This record gives sequence, structure tokens and C-alpha cells, in this order.
Amino acid sequence: MSTVTTNVAARLETVIGADRVSSGSDCCAKFAVDGVAPAIVARPATSAEVVEIVRFAKSEKLALIPCGNCTKLGVGMPPARYDIALDMTGLNQIAYYDPGDLTLSVDAGMNLTQLAHILGQQQQFIPLAVPFFEECTVGGTVASNIGSSLRPGYGSARDFLLGAEFVNGAGTLTKSGGRVVKNVTGYDLHKLLIGSLGTLGAITRLNFRTFPLHEGFGHLVSTFASVDAIVRFQAMVSKSPLTPSSFDILGPEAAHAVAAGFKDNSDSKLPPWFTQGAWHVCVGFDGAETVLRRYSSELVQYAQQCGASDYHLLAKSDEKSLRVGLRELVKLLSRSTPPATIFRINTVPGFSADVSILNALAARFSIPCYIFANSSAPLYFALQSDDLNDKTFGSLAHLAAAVFEYAAARNGSASILFCPTPLKRVVNIWGPTRNDVALMRRVKSAFDFQNIFAPGRFVTAA
Amino acid sequence: MLAEGAVSKPLHREAVRGLQNIVGPRMVLHQPEDLLLYEYDGSVEKGRPGAVVFPAVTEEVARVVRLAVEHDIPIIGRGAGTGLSGGALARTGGIMIVFARMNRILELDLENQRAVLQPGVVNYELTRAVEHAGLYFAPDPSSWKSCTIGGNVSENAGGPHTLAYGVTSNHVTALELVLPDGEICRVGSRHGDSVGYDLAGLFVGSEGTLALVTEITVKLLRKAESVKTLLAIFDRVDDASETVAEITARAITPAACEMLDGWTLRAVEDFIHAGFPLDSAAVLLIELEGLAEVVAAQAAAVEEVCLEHHAREVRVARDEQERELLWKGRKNAFGALGRIAPSNYVLDGVIPRSKIPQALRRIREIGERYNFKIGNIFHAGDGNLHPIVLFDPRHAGQYQRAIEASAEIIRYCVEIGGALTGEHGVGMEKSELMPLLFSDDDFDLMRRIHDAFNPRSALNPGKIFPLNKGCGEITPRAQAAVQAVPL
Repeated sequence: MSTVTTNVAARLETVIGADRVSSGSDCCAKFAVDGVAPAIVARPATSAEVVEIVRFAKSEKLALIPCGNCTKLGVGMPPARYDIALDMTGLNQIAYYDPGDLTLSVDAGMNLTQLAHILGQQQQFIPLAVPFFEECTVGGTVASNIGSSLRPGYGSARDFLLGAEFVNGAGTLTKSGGRVVKNVTGYDLHKLLIGSLGTLGAITRLNFRTFPLHEGFGHLVSTFASVDAIVRFQAMVSKSPLTPSSFDILGPEAAHAVAAGFKDNSDSKLPPWFTQGAWHVCVGFDGAETVLRRYSSELVQYAQQCGASDYHLLAKSDEKSLRVGLRELVKLLSRSTPPATIFRINTVPGFSADVSILNALAARFSIPCYIFANSSAPLYFALQSDDLNDKTFGSLAHLAAAVFEYAAARNGSASILFCPTPLKRVVNIWGPTRNDVALMRRVKSAFDFQNIFAPGRFVTAA
Repeated sequence: MLAEGAVSKPLHREAVRGLQNIVGPRMVLHQPEDLLLYEYDGSVEKGRPGAVVFPAVTEEVARVVRLAVEHDIPIIGRGAGTGLSGGALARTGGIMIVFARMNRILELDLENQRAVLQPGVVNYELTRAVEHAGLYFAPDPSSWKSCTIGGNVSENAGGPHTLAYGVTSNHVTALELVLPDGEICRVGSRHGDSVGYDLAGLFVGSEGTLALVTEITVKLLRKAESVKTLLAIFDRVDDASETVAEITARAITPAACEMLDGWTLRAVEDFIHAGFPLDSAAVLLIELEGLAEVVAAQAAAVEEVCLEHHAREVRVARDEQERELLWKGRKNAFGALGRIAPSNYVLDGVIPRSKIPQALRRIREIGERYNFKIGNIFHAGDGNLHPIVLFDPRHAGQYQRAIEASAEIIRYCVEIGGALTGEHGVGMEKSELMPLLFSDDDFDLMRRIHDAFNPRSALNPGKIFPLNKGCGEITPRAQAAVQAVPL
């Protein structure tokens, strides 16, 4: 530990107390971002302490990154500067919960699983079925805007986040929105925090609309020989009265990865719903028994009409395992050895074209790929090389350029969600500079004029 | 900072000529008698522009904005002028850009359930254009047959069915904007997700204070298979409001849940003949949508809750005609009240749904204390109250007392965990009440966002932010609201 670090840590200790500050490589390693470790970890327990830390960082011109349980710190570019990890897990209480109003106010550092347990006691939930579910915090989930497999049925965080409190770059505790389910009072600044990767401030509290937990769940897994058949199936479901809660499309390799997760120590067989080499579509639904029956019969009918080669209706523990497998696929690939490079692509729906182009790109560079999608978008394109060397990174860089170009040509967008850190030295994971980045920089500047929050990490970085 | 009551000055002849060169002489109004209509919207506020201009394309909007900047004249965007918060009024004069000619549906992508629109498209016209494909646009304010999508975007409008489907911002995926320096830019994406900050989420509901919206991409929803509309009739207001709280607590999620108190429904019935029972104390209009199985189960559950709370009767609309009549009664209710009193003041406070019974009791008590009749027609399902204070501005002091009574109601909404406005926007009507909810630090950040896009307050000045905040003065309206609740 350098003298400078020791001095800074000592000064911060005088602000928030010695028990809230750590330094040294051992405790800082967990908070490293793309190999860059902070010098200090600050662990506030209240929003007032967050304010003090941010004011300290501002006056000392130090850069900080708000962290939850560090599951998605790999999202974004490497930090340009990183002095203090702001460990938000000490803010972990329910601030307000009115089950009768279906509204909730929760500290950002609360674990998502713990929150689900508390809501579950009231037969309620928040529809954030996101990867890293067991480990991650509510704040990290919102700040990363990581995809939820329940999006087709329930929307994304912007649809049920009612308000937020956060400490901005000026070191002031600020709020936006409120706790009521309908509110247009003032600017919707909390929407800007969604997916901001901690670049606008440290989220201290989030207000959500909660949803009633359904009586039962079901899943239809159908297999298709062609992507065109899947597109027809998707269109048929979309035009039907059914409103599934999830609609996951898995390419053959992605389906295998999910199926492999079903294996436990006593049984090495893959589950019956899995067919080697086929495309799989997993449609999730929820409701009372009569509703589940209706979904089951009609979805099977649609799948058969669209040429499904096989189908399986899943219930109870198998269904739950599948839901978890689908939810955690991004985690599985991002933590594999070596880690995959995962693109998140949004284009105007045209799934068949996307798949054939992406498959061709992967084949051209001889890199095995996984393709999967949450409904028609976002589409995930994960590439996994057996070994990572300069040649592989060169191929991935060329491939990334081609993906970005393709998405832009289709009036869409693409970014790299996770990838090995060395790739970020040769590729900007956010893709080519977009026209609206200049407007985003105005937002960043309004929130964080001195650029102390996660500098260099976001699309707005110079 | 602007001063309240600033007098609108006529535009300089050179500026008028400039406008005429951009859009043609017939598309510029600048004579005082032509401007009178544009002095009003649906609120009790007033503000006359110096000129009104009707551009046909985005490029004309940008040129008008550049000309305004050149002459240092404020700009105000306006759709149909149906807003209820003074958002589309020229508080300090200036050039009003009315989007009536930019009313084309540019693209319908029915396959992907998207529509690309100019801002002057009337809300109802969009649904009409896509209903043949079984689709519709979900936000449905009471003024849906005349209000424009551009206005909906600016105010983040709601409506009865936002209970299930969300307000306008939940349905907008991309925008084309003209910034206050005349730059044209695009934010968001057709499919909904784009890389970076959610700028579309910021601009929707920014009340025309950050940019002018010249093109909008919206989501279209598929009509539900089954719709059931119930009218629950109560002899006590408390029973009706407790029913709403119980429906929410039992996690039944109707598509809409509206309440009309007895006094209001009698006024409506006299005008619309919707079939509301004249001798009841309150009715709930509850609509259930979805799969037939879901609707049947929910209808049974709703009826059970209503009867447990002493509903005298629960009627089910027998056909589409009867359903439409009930909704006509609800959506034209504000108009019906105009027949009873010379003026009214419609509030838009929001409260937690579990607190509706106590809030209605407090509103009644405030009305009695101020000696005003206060009607209630509101979106009960999402706790969005619309108390309507009826008054006669010709009687000395009534306007001021109506404002004071209203401020007391809003203050109470905030006290019990609510907000100032659920769907009408802050505009100039509620800007002085904003300190009830927001601290100086909150304002500071909002002001920095405002200045990041609109640094000279060229766009829609005098809206959202309290005028006298930080100047050591406060308007009488704000005093009434703020004094008792130091926040």
C-alpha cells in the first residue's frame, strides 16, 4: 500500500469511521474491474454516509465505482480511473412495503434473492428474472439493466420502477419519481439510472411496483428444424390471445448448455426435452389451473402447426429447473473457461436474417457460437474460443466490427455485454459512436460534472 | 428567472415576416383576435402567445426554432390544447408552434406492433387506424378523441386503462427531437432498447421544456380476447373506496377501475344518460380484460369483494353498446360538470391505493370547510384522484379560495405518501407546489438537466419549476401549500 493510499484512507476514516474503510490488495481484489483494483473500499451503511464518501471523493478528485455483489462489474469498458470501490451492500433494508398497495421501497444493496423471499411471503414478486439472481443486489440489477427472461410478459425495469434515491456527482442525495404507481411529477431521472452502470451516481434506494405471484407455472419446450419455423411460431403466438410470461429461443448450442445444467451428480442424462442439434423454443406461462391448461393445449397446437418436431410440457420441479437454467445462461457463459464474448443485439425483428448472418460470421472466423434470444430481442450472440491468444482476439475484433456494422445497417444497436478483458484493448464494447452520444454526455455532465463516477466505463466516455 | 404574470408582447414585424417565409403567410397567426383561442387550454390558467405558427415538417420546426433563437423569443409547443396543467400555454408570450398540420401516421408496422407518427396525430385516430388488425394504442386520456400523441408524449399522459398497461412513457420507444438550438436528433430505437442512457424515457413527460418532439415511435398492443365491464353501485362512498383498496390488496388487476361519486354521476347522467343510478352514493366502473378464463375468475372475485363491501348491485354490461355508453359517461364527466358551475379546478393528486378511503373523507371535510362542492371522478385503481372543485370566478375571492382548498388536498396527498400529479403534468398550474415533494437538491439536479438541453429557457419557459424558488418570495398559491408542511 502506497503512502498516498494510506493517507487518503486515513482521511476517509475520519469522515465515516475506520470500520467503514478498508485498503490493501486483499480486500480490494474482489472489487477489481477489468484487472484494475481500487485503492480503497468504502462500506457505507446509510445514504448519509454515501453522501459523505462522494463529497470526499469529489474534494480529493478521486474516482469511485458503486458496487453491489460485483457480479456484473465486467460490463462496460475498463475504468479510466478507479480509486474507491463504494460497496453498497451495507444499505440492505426494506424502507417501505405496502403489500395492499403493491408498492415497495428497498435499499439498493439488498440481495435479490432475499427480496424475493420477503415478497414471496406476501405472495408477491418483482419480475426481474435475471442472471446472477442468487448473488446480485437490486441496485446492481437496475444499474446494469441486465436482461430479464420475464420481459415478454412483464416488461423491463423501466416499466415497474416507480422512483429512486441516489447520490449524484455533486455529492447530494437526490430523488426522482415516488412510491405511487402513477406519477408524472418532475423529470423521470430515475429512468436514466437504469443501465447507467453507476456512471450517474450511487443508487441508494429503489421504489418498485410489485406483482401478485401466480398460483402455478408451466413451460412448453418445442424443437424446430429451422429458424423460419420458429419465426412463424412466434408470430402465431403473438397474434393469439395468449400473453406468455417468457419466450426464450435457443440455438442448438445454447439449448445444450441449458440442458447440461439439468444434470446432477446422480443422473448424467440430458433432460427429455432436449434434442441434439435442434433449435428449441421455451414458452413460459403462469396463472390458475384453468389458465395453465389453456396455454398448454393452444401452445402445443401452434407448435404443431408450425412444424415443431417435438414438444414437452414441463411442470413443477422440471419447469422450475428450466426457468433457472434459462435465467442463468448469460452467467454460465460469462463465467465459463475461457469466458465467452457475449453480444447483446437489438434490431428490428428479423430473426431469421440475424441468425444466418451471425452463424456465417462465427463460421468465417471458426469460433464456436451460441445464439439465444429473449422473444425476438434482445438477441444474444456468444462466442467461445478454446483458447484466447492474440490471433483469437484479432478474430473477435474483426467479428465485433462486423456485428456492429450489421446492427447499424438494420437501424438497430449492438454492444458487448461480457468479454475477456484483453478484447477491450482492441474493441470498444459499445460499438461505433452513436449520434445521440452527444446528448448523453450532457446528461452525464449534469449528474456528474467532475466525472468522478466510473469514468471511462460507459458509452459516453471520450 | 421569469416573473409570473409577464405580459405577452406582440412579435416584432421582422420576426413575423421570418415566420411567414418559413411556413407561408397563411400558417402564421399574429393578430390579437386570432391569438385569443391559444390563450387557453383545459386548465384555469391563461397565457397569450405573440404568434402562432403551423409547420408541416420537421425542418420547418427547426427553422422556426432557429429564428426564435435569433430574435430571443420563447417557443411553446402545442398539440390540441386539451391539457389540464397549462403546459401548452405561453406563460411569457413567444412563438407557439402548433402541430395540427403534422398529423400523419408515417408508418404502421403491424407485424412488429409499432407505429411511427407525427406529433399532431389524434390519439383516437391511431387506434382507429390499427383496430382492423386487432391492435390499439393503450394510453387513453378522457380527451382521447381530440388530444394529440405529441401532447401525450410531452405530458406523459395516462387514462383509465393505464392501470393495467402503463402511461405514455411505457409505450414510446423512439423520438425525433428538435433541440432549442434548432438541431434535429433522434433518441431511442424502434424496438425499445438502445445503447446508453434512456433518453426517450427522459424526454417523455418533460413537458416541452427540453426539446420539441417531431416524430414518435410507439408500441401497439393487441386487443384482449375477452372484456367484461362491471358497474358496482354503492349507497356509501366509504364502501366504494374500501372496495377499491380491497381489490388491490387481493391482487386482482383490472384493466381499469374508475370511481364516480353520487353527486358527480347525477350531473353526468343528466347529460349523457349512461345508465348510472341517480340515487346511489358512488359507483365503480371496473373493466377486466384478458383470456376468457382469467376474466371470468376475476369478475367473480371482483363481484365478491363488491358485495362484501355492501354494494347494492353489481351490473355487467350486456354488450359493446352498453359498455361504450358507460365509458362515454366516464370520459365526458368533466364536460358534464361544466354545466353545473361556471368554472372548476381539476386536481390530479396520486396516493397509495390502500389510503383511498381516508383520502376521500379528508377531501369531503376540506370541501365542507371551504364551502365548495368537490366532486370525485377518478382512476381509483391506481390511486389517481381527480377532485373537482367547483367555483364561480365572478364572486370575489372564490378563485383564490378554490386554489387554497386545492392546495390543501394536494398537500394531504403528499403527506400520505403520494404525488402532485399522476397524468396531467406540472405545467404552470402546479409548479409552485413542487417544493412539497422536492428538496433544493432535487431541484438543483432537475435544473441542471433542464439547462443541459435548454440553457436559455427558450423552450416552454415558466413550467415545472417554481418561479420564485430561491428568490426570497413565494406566490400566494405556493404559500397556501407550503406554509403548513415544511419539507
